[in-house]
Amino acid sequence: MIATLAFASLLRHRARTALAILGVAVSAAMLLDMVMLSSGMRESFRSLLLSQGFQLRLSPKGTLPFDTEATIRSADSIVAIIRARPAVAAVSPVLGGQLHFPLAASMVNATALGVEPSVQGDYELVEGRNPSAPEELVANDALLRALGRAVGDTIHAASGYDPQLRSLSGQRVLRIVGRVRFIYLALDQRAAALPIGTLRAMNGPQSEGRASLAMVRLRPGADVERERAALQRSLRTVTVISTSEALKQVDERLSYFRQLAVILGAVSLTVGFLLVTTLVTVSVNERIGEISVMRAIGVHRWRVVAQILVESTMIMLVAAPAGLALGLVTARWLNSILARFPGLPERIDFFLFQPSAAWTALGLLALSGILAGVYPSWRGASLPIATTLRQEAVG
Amino acid sequence: MSAIVEARGLVREYRMGDEIVPALRGVSLTVDPGEYVAIVGPSGCGKSTLLNLLGVIDRPTSGELSIAGERVDRLSDGRATEFRLRRIGFVFQRFYLMPALTARENVELPLAEAGMAGTERRDRALELLDYVGLRRRERHRPSQLSGGEQQRVAIARALANRPALLLADEPTGELDARTGAEMIGLFQRLNTDGTTIVVVTHDEGLARAAERVVHMRDGEIVG
Repeated sequence: MIATLAFASLLRHRARTALAILGVAVSAAMLLDMVMLSSGMRESFRSLLLSQGFQLRLSPKGTLPFDTEATIRSADSIVAIIRARPAVAAVSPVLGGQLHFPLAASMVNATALGVEPSVQGDYELVEGRNPSAPEELVANDALLRALGRAVGDTIHAASGYDPQLRSLSGQRVLRIVGRVRFIYLALDQRAAALPIGTLRAMNGPQSEGRASLAMVRLRPGADVERERAALQRSLRTVTVISTSEALKQVDERLSYFRQLAVILGAVSLTVGFLLVTTLVTVSVNERIGEISVMRAIGVHRWRVVAQILVESTMIMLVAAPAGLALGLVTARWLNSILARFPGLPERIDFFLFQPSAAWTALGLLALSGILAGVYPSWRGASLPIATTLRQEAVG
Repeated sequence: MSAIVEARGLVREYRMGDEIVPALRGVSLTVDPGEYVAIVGPSGCGKSTLLNLLGVIDRPTSGELSIAGERVDRLSDGRATEFRLRRIGFVFQRFYLMPALTARENVELPLAEAGMAGTERRDRALELLDYVGLRRRERHRPSQLSGGEQQRVAIARALANRPALLLADEPTGELDARTGAEMIGLFQRLNTDGTTIVVVTHDEGLARAAERVVHMRDGEIVG
């Protein structure tokens, strides 16, 4: 009977109820987006870091991977030490640099990654094969487009370029053997990967034995944090960070994002809450005679409260699915805009949908629906019956 | 047989700013089981206030009130609500049916509140609608019923939990003469069937139909 009365009360002013539901749906959409935003980037980074199965990363002492141009000295011997550890399954050294491709009328520049192709975790092969000889490279679509080349072509490349003298250094003729997608680079960032030895040789003696980063994949069942601590103790010239450490760093850098998301989410929830409170309060004010009669004929106070709470919760729960659907659509749209932010990895999602985000948003909406009914239900249940009926009779 | 209503020295005062306005000045009234009492008097004489006290929707400032053998002048809100549900039937001048519910659902409302199961509740509601001659209108909403029909549904609702006392506040006030006369007949039939009725009215016809007429003036019973 409570649900029937609550439902009927909402249907009495259909247009008003529909508009309120629409308003709450918009605020629910915003809420979901903010819940997704607050955790999305972190989760997205996490899955990105774990996507190739490397749990540890070594970078020059005091730096984060690729945060500076600093490189690890004696990287080859460090890699050999790590590979000798029983818990280690694979180590992938990476040297970052630049490649310059002189064309007939212009110069194309690109990010270069020197890798060990057999254990690399920086790209996924889309077409062709991995480099198997020193004079081979793989490139992404952005670079191939800029060069006007395809898999199988050869290209003239240099690791250094002096714009004043217009002179190139570290020149090679390389063969493009694969088209790849780089995991940690931006979609439109021109990039190529080639054997680390080739890039070192092109760079000259200053790169001999160096690497910007080494990624470590542990054997199944290995204790990541224990291994990280052991490596850190034995290797004094590098910083060893685990995925969870890296995520902490990401968390610190994203804290402003999260605060913004929390504030905007709270604002959305408050708007929805006030909208429902207003609607239900207006509805209760219109029905004070009915409510007093219900009380007069023996309907208990708690049942009046329950009916009004059901009304406010119904509005929230009807609006929530529509709002969540709208939130997913807007999240995709906003994600496509933010994905164009320069320098961000292609695979980073700002608004990552997770069922927990939807449940969180739904829970908050249901709770706010119940709370939105508290004031009007208190008002309805505490009406003085005789006085209200007398005023209604006079009115 | 003990009285259904025993009121002794009922006083009801209202505070209007700094002023205290007396609405009842020591009313004593006894109503026996099966009696049909009409309370009449000019507007503002306190008859509706007295009815509200008898209906346990208001409390006296002082005095004692027992209904069906139970002291009701100091009941808590919860117990007063339960008492109204089980022992009092209310009929209002403006019918006050729930517009969203059908005639049958309106009659079922106090039955549901009393915890009666669905099928039994439905049967009881239909029995009462039959009694007031509206069985065929069970699925109609109040807006689809005439004033007289709405008042008959309200009477069926008031009788739902077999109350010890039926209270009616100007039950013919919103009805035309012919429908009002039908209503007077219905009240007489209710009384003949054993229902104790106290009605507040300006309607001379309705008052004449009562066994006893109580006259009020300035918050007191004068005859």
